[in-house]
Amino acid sequence: MTNFQTLFDRQDWEQVKSSIYAKTETDVEKALSSSKRTLEDFKALISPAALPYLESMARLSRQTTLKRFGKTIQLFAPMYLSNECQNICTYCGFSFDNKVKRRTLTDEEILQEASVIKQMGFDHILLVTGEANHTVHVDYFKNAIRLLRPHFANISIEVQPLEQHEYEALIPEGLYSVLVYQETYHKERYKTYHPKGKKANFYYRLETPDRLGKAHIHKIGLGALLGLEDWRTDSFFCAFHLDYLQKTYWQTKYSVSFPRIRPAEGITAPEYIITDRELVQLICAYRLFSEEVELSMSTRESEKFRNHILSLGITTISAGSKTNPGGYAVEPDTLEQFEISDERSPQEMAQVITDQGYEPVWKDWDRSYWG
Amino acid sequence: MKNPLTIAGKTFSSRLFLGTGKFASAQQMQDAILASGTELVTVALKRVDVHNSQDRLLDHLKHPRINLLPNTSGVRNAREAVFAAQLAREALETNWVKLEIHPDPRYLMPDPIETLKATEELAKLGFIVLPYIHADPVLCKRLEEVGTAAVMPLGSPIGSNKGLKTLDFLEIIIEQSNVPVIIDAGIGAPSDAAKAMELGADAVLVNTAIAASENPVQMATAFKIATECGRIAHDACLAKSVTHAIASSPLTAFLDD
Repeated sequence: MTNFQTLFDRQDWEQVKSSIYAKTETDVEKALSSSKRTLEDFKALISPAALPYLESMARLSRQTTLKRFGKTIQLFAPMYLSNECQNICTYCGFSFDNKVKRRTLTDEEILQEASVIKQMGFDHILLVTGEANHTVHVDYFKNAIRLLRPHFANISIEVQPLEQHEYEALIPEGLYSVLVYQETYHKERYKTYHPKGKKANFYYRLETPDRLGKAHIHKIGLGALLGLEDWRTDSFFCAFHLDYLQKTYWQTKYSVSFPRIRPAEGITAPEYIITDRELVQLICAYRLFSEEVELSMSTRESEKFRNHILSLGITTISAGSKTNPGGYAVEPDTLEQFEISDERSPQEMAQVITDQGYEPVWKDWDRSYWG
Repeated sequence: MKNPLTIAGKTFSSRLFLGTGKFASAQQMQDAILASGTELVTVALKRVDVHNSQDRLLDHLKHPRINLLPNTSGVRNAREAVFAAQLAREALETNWVKLEIHPDPRYLMPDPIETLKATEELAKLGFIVLPYIHADPVLCKRLEEVGTAAVMPLGSPIGSNKGLKTLDFLEIIIEQSNVPVIIDAGIGAPSDAAKAMELGADAVLVNTAIAASENPVQMATAFKIATECGRIAHDACLAKSVTHAIASSPLTAFLDD
């Protein structure tokens, strides 16, 4: 059985990049008028040539999303369990070389945080950690999921990449989905952003979705961290990854996120910028490429942007997020992984969703499904 | 209505069933449901909070005319489906279940093997099982053998609004079936519902075409009328369409010579 690495290694970054930038209006028009869109169509839709077609893309994207997902927006909250981290990631507030107070939540603290998040109305939760394999490992996750499962309908994690057998141990405990962003698909640049720690191994991270697919996970979340390299080329590779995974692990659902680098303690400004207009273009391009992929939006983006993007292709958003362990209840004033931009409460966000004629969905899974 | 529909001993005067997903609000869903005249609505177990007696979705479905048909959407195999059905029975106090096993989250294609297995098991456990399936005539007969209460073949991929793409197979299923046939997915326009009824389907289930329309209440009304219209036409026995002309010099005229 082939894995993604084999396919990936046949691609050349520079060639892909120039093929995206060479797309013409004709390519864009062809992509817009197709009913089944290919990766080449996706390239056209994210190319500079598609920018003048943004309004048509937005209309099509809205229409397609409505047909598939209806007038609903799914809500979830991240819960940071730990900021301990052995990796150096030059853009991250939790980076090993950042002199910040480290904390890993205890059982009691996890439940304290859970109770606040639950009171906010959430039933879907995303557990987030850095990478500290000696203290925050598969047994720690298993314990956390066991503690939280009685309180939440749906549990996801965004933690260090694990082995297939480790995922297989967590899934029956109630693990629904795993988010693992490649950050950048540029192999060489990846090394400069991740000089130290287990995360420095580009291919181990790249093959994580394969391990998850083999472990029969319900959902895998993909993404590139926008700002590390040319966003168009990175996004093509992410779509390429998605396409491969959908064909290979056909029983798994997929979601894509669009994290733009936000200011954080100890990091410098991103080298590559993606503008608001281009981010809308990217979101619409994903929707036109894949009718069924879930598209997720975090509180990194501004109120205004989030209000308007709601009806253009997004299916899932977080609200009222805290990006520091203990941030909801235990110790609200510690250092955040990144500064959030939209600070509205979940209830305010739900009202915005309702005002736009959408139903905020708090629950779309049931813990009884685990048997 | 003449010849009311009966499923597992329960009589329905409306042959239009509704799904409850994709609506802009619980209120809009309720308004559309009431406008449609439906008596059976399916609700995804995963969407409702069965541990909370104040669940908003369920609150909006409380109406003397409305029967709940919990569905197992989200499960990937027979084992998970049986768990979900049992929870639904306990929480929603009904032994009716719409069995949905689509391990493929992309096109939501039903798994015939797991569906057959789960139907057999659930029927033994006393459930009234309505399985969502491909328009597969042999599978329909196999489901009958293991005690299904009805069959729910798809007209086209779920949520696609493409209408009755499986027409030829639906005709075979309707012709052969000993249990009610409910056309479940892909019905995109009232004319599709009317067509399904004219073919002799016992009922149709509609969700996206109503929920994702600009005016769900009005669209629900249109589907109500179309379903009734198609059924009346069916009961009145449609005149056969004639595809051949009568030749002016009949080939068999020599017999009269």
